[in-house]
Amino acid sequence: MTSEISATGREAPGREATSAAIARILAGEVQLFHELIRPVERAVFVMLYSLLRNETDAEDVAQETFIKIYRNLQSFRGDAKFSTWALSIARNEGLAWLRKRASRPEEPLEPVVDDSSGDFTPALLTDWREIPPEALERKELQEYLCRAILDLPPIYRDVVQLRDIDELDVQETANMLGITPGSVKVRLHRARTMLQKLLVPKLKSFAPASKRGWFGRRA
Amino acid sequence: MKIDCKHVWQHISSYIDGDVDAALRAEIDRHLEHCEICSAVLDSTRNIVVLLADDRVFEIPAGYSERLHRRLDAVLAADTGGD
Repeated sequence: MTSEISATGREAPGREATSAAIARILAGEVQLFHELIRPVERAVFVMLYSLLRNETDAEDVAQETFIKIYRNLQSFRGDAKFSTWALSIARNEGLAWLRKRASRPEEPLEPVVDDSSGDFTPALLTDWREIPPEALERKELQEYLCRAILDLPPIYRDVVQLRDIDELDVQETANMLGITPGSVKVRLHRARTMLQKLLVPKLKSFAPASKRGWFGRRA
Repeated sequence: MKIDCKHVWQHISSYIDGDVDAALRAEIDRHLEHCEICSAVLDSTRNIVVLLADDRVFEIPAGYSERLHRRLDAVLAADTGGD
């Protein structure tokens, strides 16, 4: 079976298999829709959580997103990956939800940050001991990373979400955000620098102890 | 061309993505060989980028998938006139 790496970074059915499944759903085998969306349901939730910063809202909008995807399935054209298309619908649904919320004055909007503000100097250090992915079993580390992303100004959070979490390429990210590929790169660079500066002091303690550490000396 | 630390920091993200030309990459590599600060900035940034892509960073609410598919079942049933 052919396969492709989806925007979620997971293996998903290849484009031909996806197109065939969509054709069958449109022809009446609607139950296949459940299987079609399984590879992207996680990524859609994470995108919406990152955008809305509230689990309940993200789940509600995720459900609406998938209903919208189902109702608009005939408009999917195979020139984009299904996962990228699904994420763009999720993003539009999330933005519409934010606009609706903005019309309620009791809920403050996030501050607007333009491309020129912020401190983009990295945290300086002379040694970095790698933190392996297994360290993410620790809740505290998950929370530091999750909070750091959620606290980024929206224009930087968007590019980190699409490039580093959903693993879209620069052009796909630019298309989805309506900005140039150059702006994607600049924002991503700044976002990664901000994350490095914020996270380095917090993450140091999650590196595994070196062998010398057993003897009570720092690596 | 010899580059300084600030110049290297400007290209860290592109360097990680393999999006710098061969000449600049060679300059950065030469700088990294003797600059422990830039090496640590690069290593820590790359490490954070790798961790961000891990599914464990964002926890999905328990029952999210079940609730989603239940809701979809209702929509699909209504559309097909089923129960």
